[in-house]
Amino acid sequence: MNLLWITKMAWRDSRSNRKKLFLYMAAIIVGVAAQVAITSFKENLNTSINEQAKELLGADLEVERNSPIQPEVIAYLDSVSEDQSTALAFTSMALFPKNGATRLSQITALEGDFPYYGTLKTTPPEAATTFQSLNGALVDAPIMMQFGLEPGDSVKIGFITYEIVGALEDVPGQPVAASFIGPRVFIPKNNVEATGLLQRGSRLEHKAYFKYLDEIEPEVVREKLDVMNDTTDFRFDDVAERQEEVGQAISYLSNFLNLIGFIALLLGGIGIASSIFVYIRQKINTVAVLRCVGTSSNQAMGIYLIQAGFMGLIGSAIGAAIGVFVQLYLPVLVADFIPVDIDLYISWTSVLIGIVTGVLISLVFALFPLLSVRKISPLFALRSIEVGLSKLLGIGTKIALYIAISLAIVGYAWIMLRDLGAAVFFTLGLAFCLALLSGFAVLIMKGARKFMPAGWNYEWRQGLSNLYRPNNQTSTLLLTFGLGVTLISSLYLTQDMLLGTINFGDEQDLPNLAMYDIQFDQNEGVNRIIEENGLEVIQNVPIVTMRLQAINGTETQVILADTNRTARRWTLNREYRSTYRDSLVSTETLEEGEFIYSVSNLDQPVPVSVEIGLMEDLDIQLGDTLVWDVQGIPISSYVASTRTVQWDTPQPNFFVVFPAGVLEPAPQFFATTVNTPSRELSMSLQQQIVQTYPNVSAIDVGQILDTVRAFIDKVTFVIQFIGLFSIITGLIVLAGSAATSRFQRIREGVLLRTLGAKQNQVIKIQIIEYVFLGVLASFIGLFLSVGTSYLLGYFYFDIDFTPNFAILATEVVLLIILVLIIGLLNTRGIHDRPPLEILRTESA
Amino acid sequence: MSNILQVNNLTRQFKSGSKNLTVVDHISFSIQEGTSCAIVGPSGSGKTTLLGLCAGLDRPTSGNVVLNGIDIAPLSEDERATVRNEHVGFVFQSFQLVPTLTAIENVMVPLELRGQATKDVRKRALSLLEEVGLGDRHHHYPTQLSGGEQQRVAIARAFINEPKILFADEPTGNLDTETGTHIESLIFNLNQQEGTTLILVTHDLELASRCERIIRLKNGKVDSDTKISEEIKETVA
Repeated sequence: MNLLWITKMAWRDSRSNRKKLFLYMAAIIVGVAAQVAITSFKENLNTSINEQAKELLGADLEVERNSPIQPEVIAYLDSVSEDQSTALAFTSMALFPKNGATRLSQITALEGDFPYYGTLKTTPPEAATTFQSLNGALVDAPIMMQFGLEPGDSVKIGFITYEIVGALEDVPGQPVAASFIGPRVFIPKNNVEATGLLQRGSRLEHKAYFKYLDEIEPEVVREKLDVMNDTTDFRFDDVAERQEEVGQAISYLSNFLNLIGFIALLLGGIGIASSIFVYIRQKINTVAVLRCVGTSSNQAMGIYLIQAGFMGLIGSAIGAAIGVFVQLYLPVLVADFIPVDIDLYISWTSVLIGIVTGVLISLVFALFPLLSVRKISPLFALRSIEVGLSKLLGIGTKIALYIAISLAIVGYAWIMLRDLGAAVFFTLGLAFCLALLSGFAVLIMKGARKFMPAGWNYEWRQGLSNLYRPNNQTSTLLLTFGLGVTLISSLYLTQDMLLGTINFGDEQDLPNLAMYDIQFDQNEGVNRIIEENGLEVIQNVPIVTMRLQAINGTETQVILADTNRTARRWTLNREYRSTYRDSLVSTETLEEGEFIYSVSNLDQPVPVSVEIGLMEDLDIQLGDTLVWDVQGIPISSYVASTRTVQWDTPQPNFFVVFPAGVLEPAPQFFATTVNTPSRELSMSLQQQIVQTYPNVSAIDVGQILDTVRAFIDKVTFVIQFIGLFSIITGLIVLAGSAATSRFQRIREGVLLRTLGAKQNQVIKIQIIEYVFLGVLASFIGLFLSVGTSYLLGYFYFDIDFTPNFAILATEVVLLIILVLIIGLLNTRGIHDRPPLEILRTESA
Repeated sequence: MSNILQVNNLTRQFKSGSKNLTVVDHISFSIQEGTSCAIVGPSGSGKTTLLGLCAGLDRPTSGNVVLNGIDIAPLSEDERATVRNEHVGFVFQSFQLVPTLTAIENVMVPLELRGQATKDVRKRALSLLEEVGLGDRHHHYPTQLSGGEQQRVAIARAFINEPKILFADEPTGNLDTETGTHIESLIFNLNQQEGTTLILVTHDLELASRCERIIRLKNGKVDSDTKISEEIKETVA
C-alpha cells in the first residue's frame, strides 16, 4: 500500500470537511479530558501519599484499645521507641459558654509531643504546642467560625472549662471530612479525669503513638505485635499499613470515577461511529470514483482510517490539555476527603495514556463505518444508488467488531478495577443498556412509521416522520443522550434514596433527640428537665455494660486463642451494652423462640433475646448458653429468642435484651429519647441538660441529618461532576448529529417555504421532532435509571427504592428544553432569509 | 490489429423481489485496438450495465470479459482495480470529480496511485489540463468550475494514465450543445492522438455516429452491430 499517497489523499480529502470533522473530534475531547484529569490526579495523589506517608499517621505506630493498653504491649514498645504520646478519645458534649451553644464533639485528650511527623496546624500556630502546658483547648476551625468563637473564648468539656488557645485547622492523616461526624476538640490529658467523663458507661478509646528509635525496622515490630495480638486484644496501625489503606481507598475512588469518565469516552466513541457513518455516506461517490481509477479497497479505507485516527489524535490531544486544567479543579472537589496535601503537577504518563485511549477508541468505533468503505463498489460511480453502509458489512465482520469493542472495554475496566468479574459485569451492564436503547430506537422508528395517525395535521405528521426518515437522529440521540441521562439520573435517584432512608427527622411520633450516658443518679433530673420543657419522654432505657465470658461452657479467651474458631473476633472482645425490659419495641421483630418478659428465679440461666446478625457472627444457635461478666459478677443465660433490629433509627437499639427481674440491681446508666417539635427547643433542651449534667451526650437527629446530607451532597457532587462529562459528550454528539443533517433539514425547510409553507409551520415541524426526541430519550434514560437505582437499592444498599417523581419530572422538563435548544440552534438563520440565498450558500 | 476487448456470452441478472431480472442477456462482441465504438439504445436497454461489466466495475452473472488480454472475470476486486488503473480511462456523465481535490489533484490521482514521482505526474497533469484548455484553472476546486470545465478535467484525468481503452458514459449528457460539442471533439482528438480505444455509451445518435462502430442494444441483447463508413460520418457531421 502506498502509504504516502494515502496520507496525502487523506489530507486533501479532509480539506473542505474540517469544520465537520471538528464536531466529530469534539465527541472524543470531553471523554479524554475526564480520563486525563482523573488519572493524573490519581497519580498526583499517590505521589503525595508516598511523600507524606509518615504524616498520614503522625507517628511510626498507633496502638488502640477500648480499655487501657496492656502493660506488656507498652513495655515492649518502650524498648523500640525513643518517644511516645498517649491519648484518650471519646465523644462528649462541648458547651461554648460565650453563646450557650452545645455540640456533640470528638474529644482527644493528648499527652506528649504527637505528632512526630507533620504538624497539628492551628491558628495561632504556637497553640499546637502550648495547649497542653497552658491547660487550654484546640477547637475545630469550622465550628469556631460557626459559633463566632475566637482564641481566648472558652469551651466546657464535662466539668472543666478550658480556654480555647487556638483553632484546629489540620490534624496529620485526618481529612477535613473527619470533622463531619462532630467537631474535633483537643485538650490536655493530665487533668482529663476532672472532666468527670471517664466514668462508667463512657466509650473510651485508649491510644498511644510511638516514634521508633532510628535503628528499628518497622517490619520487625509489626511481626512481634502480630504475634502478641494472637493472645492479647489491641489494634495497631503503622505507616506502611496506613499508607496502603489510604492508597487503596484513593485507588477505589479514582477507579470508580475513571469508569464513570470512561462512559463519556465510550459515548464519544459512539458519536464518532455515527458521525463517520454520515461522513462516509457523503463520500460514497468519491470512493467509487477512486475505485474506478484503480484505488484498492484497502487504500480507500486507509484514506478515511487516517482521517479518523488523526481526528482522534487531535481530539485526544485537546482533551488531554483540557484534562490537565480540570485536574487543577479536582482537588477543590475532593480536598475534604483526602488526608494529605496534594502536590499538583502534570502527569505525562496520564496524558499519554489518555491520548492513546482516545485514539484507540476513535479507531475501534470508526472501524464500523470504515470497513464498509472496502465494500463500496466502483459501480456506484455509474449509478447513484442509495446504499445502506451498515448493510455492506457481513454478519461475521459485525460480530468480530462487537467482540473487539467488548474486549477493549473489558480490558480497560479490568485495568481500572483490577477485578475481571467486575469488569465483565460493567461491560455487560453497559452492553445491556446500549442494546436496550438501540432496541427502543428501532421500536420508535417502526412504531412511528406504522402507527402514524392519519388524522393528525401536517406539521405533526411531518415532525413524527422525521423520526424514521433517512439520516434521522433517533438512534444516535437515544444511545448517547439516553445513556448520559441514565447515568446522571441514577446518581440523583440513588442519592435521594440514601437520604430518604435517614429522613426520619420529620416523622411526628419518632424521637428526634436522644440523650446517652445519663448516670443512675442523674436520670430523674434529666427526665424532670424534659418535662419542665413541656416535652414527653418517649423512651427511658436502662443500659448495663457487660462482657461475654463463656459460650456453651468454653471461656471466650480459649475460643479467641483457637485458630479454627468460627465466631468473629469483635463479638468476643467487645463491651456489650445491654438492656432489660418486659416487651419488644417497635424497631424489633421476633424471629425465633419466645421472648421472655420477666424472670423471678435467679438460680436458673436467664433467657435472653439476641439480635440475628450477632447470632451469625457468634455462630450460636437458639438454646445455646452464654455467661456474661456483668462488672465482675458472672450471669448465666441462654438464647431464648432471636430478633431482627431496625438499626437505622435514632432510638437506642440493643444486641442483647434481658428480661425484667435480673439486671435491676446492676450498676447502670440510661438513654432517653424525646420528640422536640422544633430545632430551637431541641437546642435549648440540650443546653439546659448539658449545663446541669455535662457528661450527658445528646444526639440531635436534625443535626445528624444535616451532617449526613452535607456529606452525601459532597460525595455525589464529585460523582456528578465526572458524570457531567457524559452529559456534555451526549450534547456534543447530539449537536454533531444535528449538524450533519443540517443541510438536509435546511433544504427541506426551504423547499416547504418555496411551496408556500409559513415560517412558523416550518419551525413547528422542527419543534415537534425535537420535542419527540427529547421526550423519548429522557423517558427511556429515566426508565433505565429507575431500574438501575432499584437494582442498586435491592442488591447493594438493601433499601426498597421508590422513585422520586419530582426529580424525574424536573429532569424530563430540563432535558426536553436542552434537546429543543440544540435542535433549534441547528436551524438558526434559515427562517428569516429568502430560500434562494440559503440554497446557494448551503450548497456551496 | 488485435482485440483490446472481448465480450463472451455476457449475462447480468439482478434480483428484483423474488424474480431475476436479466439486464444484459448473452451478449458477445469484440473491439479492435485503437478503434471507437458506440453502444446505443433506449433507456433501460442495458447500456450502462454493459459498460460497467466491460470496464470491470461489476461482475457478470455468466460469461466473461477479456480486457487487453486479461480475463477479468476471475479477478478479485483489487486485482480488477489494478487493471483499471493500468489500462482503463473513464469519463462519466456527471463528471465524478472528487469534490475535495483541486483540478490538478483530480487529474493526478491515477498516476499517484502507481506511486510515481510527484513532480513528473504534476507536469504531465498540467500539460493535459493545458491541452483541455484549463491550464490556468488547475488549482480550482470542482465547485468553482462550470459543468463543461469539470468534464474537461475528467477527460484529462481519463487520459493521464495513457489508457489502452477509454470508457465514456454519456459524456455530454449533462452539458449544453455548444459545450457538448467541444467535449466531443476533445475526446475524439485525444483518442486519436493517444491511440486509445474508445467505448462510448450514449443515446445521442449524432455523437454515436462519430464512432467507427455502433452496437445497438434492445432489452439487454445486441439488436444490431454496424460499422460506420467515412461517408456516413461526414454526412452526419
